[in-house]
Order: sequence, then C-alpha cells, then structure tokens
Amino acid sequence: MKTKNNTCGGLYTKKVLETFKNPHNYGKIKNADGIGKVGNIVCGDVMWLYIKVERKPAFAKGFGEAREIIKNIKFETFGCVAAISTSSIITDLVKGKTIKEALKITKDNVIESLGGLPKIKYHCSVLAVDALVEAIYDYFLKNKKLIPADVEKKHNIIQKSKDIIEKRYEKWNK
Amino acid sequence: MKRIYLDYAATTPVDPRVSKTMEPFLSENFGNTMSLHSFGQEAKIVLEESREKLAGVINANPNEIIFTSSATESNNLALKGSALASKKGHIIISSIEHHCVVESAKWLAKNGFEITEISVDKFGKVNPEDIKKAITEKTILVSVIHASNEIGTIQPITEIGKICKEKNVLFHTDASQSFGKILIDVKKMNIDLLTASSHKIYGPKGAGLLYIREGINIAPLLHGGGQENGLRSSTVNVGAIAGFAAAAEIYKKEGKKENQKLIKLRDKLIKELLKIKGSHLNGDPKKRLPNNVNVRFDFVEGESLVIQLDMHGIACSTGSACSSATLEPSHVLLATGLKPEQAHGSLRITLGRWTTEKDINYLLKVLPKIVKKIREISPFK
Repeated sequence: MKTKNNTCGGLYTKKVLETFKNPHNYGKIKNADGIGKVGNIVCGDVMWLYIKVERKPAFAKGFGEAREIIKNIKFETFGCVAAISTSSIITDLVKGKTIKEALKITKDNVIESLGGLPKIKYHCSVLAVDALVEAIYDYFLKNKKLIPADVEKKHNIIQKSKDIIEKRYEKWNK
Repeated sequence: MKRIYLDYAATTPVDPRVSKTMEPFLSENFGNTMSLHSFGQEAKIVLEESREKLAGVINANPNEIIFTSSATESNNLALKGSALASKKGHIIISSIEHHCVVESAKWLAKNGFEITEISVDKFGKVNPEDIKKAITEKTILVSVIHASNEIGTIQPITEIGKICKEKNVLFHTDASQSFGKILIDVKKMNIDLLTASSHKIYGPKGAGLLYIREGINIAPLLHGGGQENGLRSSTVNVGAIAGFAAAAEIYKKEGKKENQKLIKLRDKLIKELLKIKGSHLNGDPKKRLPNNVNVRFDFVEGESLVIQLDMHGIACSTGSACSSATLEPSHVLLATGLKPEQAHGSLRITLGRWTTEKDINYLLKVLPKIVKKIREISPFK
C-alpha cells in the first residue's frame, strides 16, 4: 500500500494525540497524600489520581499564610484516547500549584490545554477535574482539615456515580 | 510510514479488475436502462447480465434479484417491505443483528408490529430451537444475520430456514459479511430473502442486492418509475452493479483458494494473540468467517488500542463504540454475555485479499507492546 502521512483520529487535535502517545506522569505514588478515584458510568472510563502535598510555612510570623503545594501528581486511567489525554494534561496543569490554585482548574482549562476535544468527549475533561477534586478531598480528610463547602458538595455528587462504577469493576479492582 | 489495512469487514478496496470493468460506465456506456434507444438498451443488457451473474453465485434465478444502493437499503426493504405487505404481525430477529436490521425492527415496533429478539449463546450463535419456540400464528418474518460483522460467528442458517419453511414463515438473512466469503445456496438453505453488499467483496460502494424468492410479495419503499420490477424505483446505478457482478465472479473463480489462505492467516493470528496474557477470543472458535479475528484484552480499552495501532500504521476496529457517535459498548458483544468493560476492550481484525503473512507478523510484533503500555497506564492490573 502507498505511503501516506498518518492522519489517525481525525476526531482529535494534534495535541490530544501527542499527549495520548506520550502521556506524562502516569503510574502510582506510594504513600500518596490524597487519592481521587472516579469513573464515568456511561462509557466505563476509570481515572485514579494521586497527589503528594508539601506544606510550606508562612514566610514569617504574621507575613502571608501557610501554603500547600502539590509537589507530585500521577494518574492511572482505563479509558479512551480522550480520557488518557485529559488525565495527562491535568497532571501538567496541577503540578507545582497550591491546592487553592488547583481547585480553580475547570474542565474548560483542560479542553483548552488540549487544543479542543470532540463534544462527545467533553465528559473526559469533567472526569479529570472530578478526579482532582476527589484527590484533594481525600487529602483534606486524611489530614483532618476543614473541607470547604463547595468541595464537599462536588464530592457528594461525584460519589454517587463512583459507587456504581466501583461495583462494575469489582472483579478487576482487587 | 507503511500502512496495513486490517479492517476488511468495514469495507474493501475495489479490485483493479473490477475497476477496469466499471470504467466505461461513467462517460461511454452511460445510458438509462429505461430508455428505448440503443444507449439505454446497452445499459439494460449490462444490468441483466450482472443480475444473471449474481444470481448464479447464490443459486437463484435472475428475476429473483433486486438491486439496491446498499445492504442497509436491502435490509430495510426486506423487513419493512414484508411487514407492510402483510399490514400487521410478528417479526423475529436475533440479538446480534446489524444496526440497520435492529433499527428497522424498532421502527416497525413503533408502527404496530410485534418484535421478538432471540438471544444468542456465548459464541454469538442462535439456537434454531429458540426460533421454533418463538414463532407464533402471527409471525410473518424471521431475520437472522448469516455471519456476524463483529465477531464473525456463522449461524445455522439451513436449520433456521427449514424451521421457517415448515412453519410457513418468511426467512430473511443478512449475508453482507458472508456473501463472497462462504458458499450460499438459497434453495438448499431455505432462504426466502437475502441481503448482499458489493463493497464488502472488493466491489464499489453504492450497490447492494436483495434476493426475493419467486412468489413472495413485498411492498416497495421507494415509489417512482417502477424500476427493479416495481420494487425499487430509481435510475439504476449500472456501473456499480457491473462492478458488483465482476467482484462476485472473481470470488466464484478464486474464492476457494483465497479462503484457504485467509483461514491459515486467521488461525495463526488467533493462536499467537491468545498467547498474550489476559487475552480472550470473541465469537465461535470454529464456525467463524475465514477473515475474522475478534479478541479482547483485560484492562485495555478498545479505542486506545485502535488509535495506538493506527499510530503504528495498522488499521483495525474496536467493539467499543467509544470512538463512534455513541458511548455504549457494542450490542453484539453484550449479547454474547460480555460485561461492558470487556466489550470496551475488544479488537476486531479482519483480513482480506491483500493481507500477507508479513502484515500479520508485523501486527504480532507491535500489538503486545501496545497492550503492555496501555496496561501500564491502567489502574487495573
């Protein structure tokens, strides 16, 4: 057959395909400070996000506040091209940011960073943001921190679909 | 990068010998088969010769062949045409039909017809006894796909046909994937209606046929100039039909030898793929199309697999519908009892006329590495 440039996935942007081909920060973090596990009940994608947080004290007593920086972040994802790409890109967006800053990241930031996603795959960007919220929630919980009301609210919504997906993957998820 | 096409069940390239046959029909022999002058009559002769050739492949009479634009149209005509001809009644289909049969049946259900879906076993096979039990006094038609487009399973068509004949119920089979790959004899197999497609057998797109056994009354879906015995009005696409016939003739001559080659490659591929840890074969291990391989890998999602393979120059498809318009996994794989996550990890590899052992070896070299990489990313291990 004739040689031609590879045009795979006309569905996806170049950035999505590049990210999918060479995803950043995949794998586990041992002794993670927070783990977010989410899944999409319709398409079956599953995303796990691990974060390692470093606490930096205030510059001096009375000057600025203590900061919590996400020093390391990794993902494990079972899913389509879009799910893997959004997982990778959210780790890039979050790494080095404070928890406060990370919580401001939206699905649109994820989509934009990938140069766009097909509409039918928007839910993958939601999944990535949900995984992040869950990882941070888990961090708050483990460290007995006050959980902001909006994070609590998001967590409750995510939890509902998570229960369904966990049941589905029971056998694999040992 | 060299590209390897292993998606022959989706569509096939036109055989160069077929293209050559079709050449004169654009600007030279362009007549309308309904015209009385020589231009029209020349086209008409080609049309009737093509009909004869295609009828010969399935042991039908030429007047029992109606040309359509596609297998989708043929299946629509078979289901809706026989339903509309009897005004009301009960129709039986299998749970692994192509979307065009499923959707036609759904449409008929909305319009007052009763539909029963017969389930399949883990290999995707229909038990003829289940059909027998499902037939009622109201049943007008049974439609069962001859060979699955996804998992390649070949159905016991002859037995199902026999039951339908005994019960005096029409029997339709969608042979889009089997026509031009396995022998079909409509008389021996007791088939009343049969769908076949040109672009699956190295013919052009835009041509299909419906075999309608003589004496069967079905209603047309397209009304107009009364072409195709009044069953399919539209100016006839002579060039595509001539190509379809030429493609079928090539199969008749070379099919046996070609199948031997395909079966050898298929079996080698299956054997080697099943050596990958956590891999499983979908469909029947024995009763399957000579060119179909369908496997799944635990903890691996299909779209990722297909796109990774494409990045390596290999074109296959997935049982996961994640890459298409819907997110739900394939109804065919679910019907065989697979869980959604298993169906999502399925890979369909379909071989064809130009597949070589070298292609298979290349795939076998690349695929295990891709599976390994996707598993590394996956939380399930």
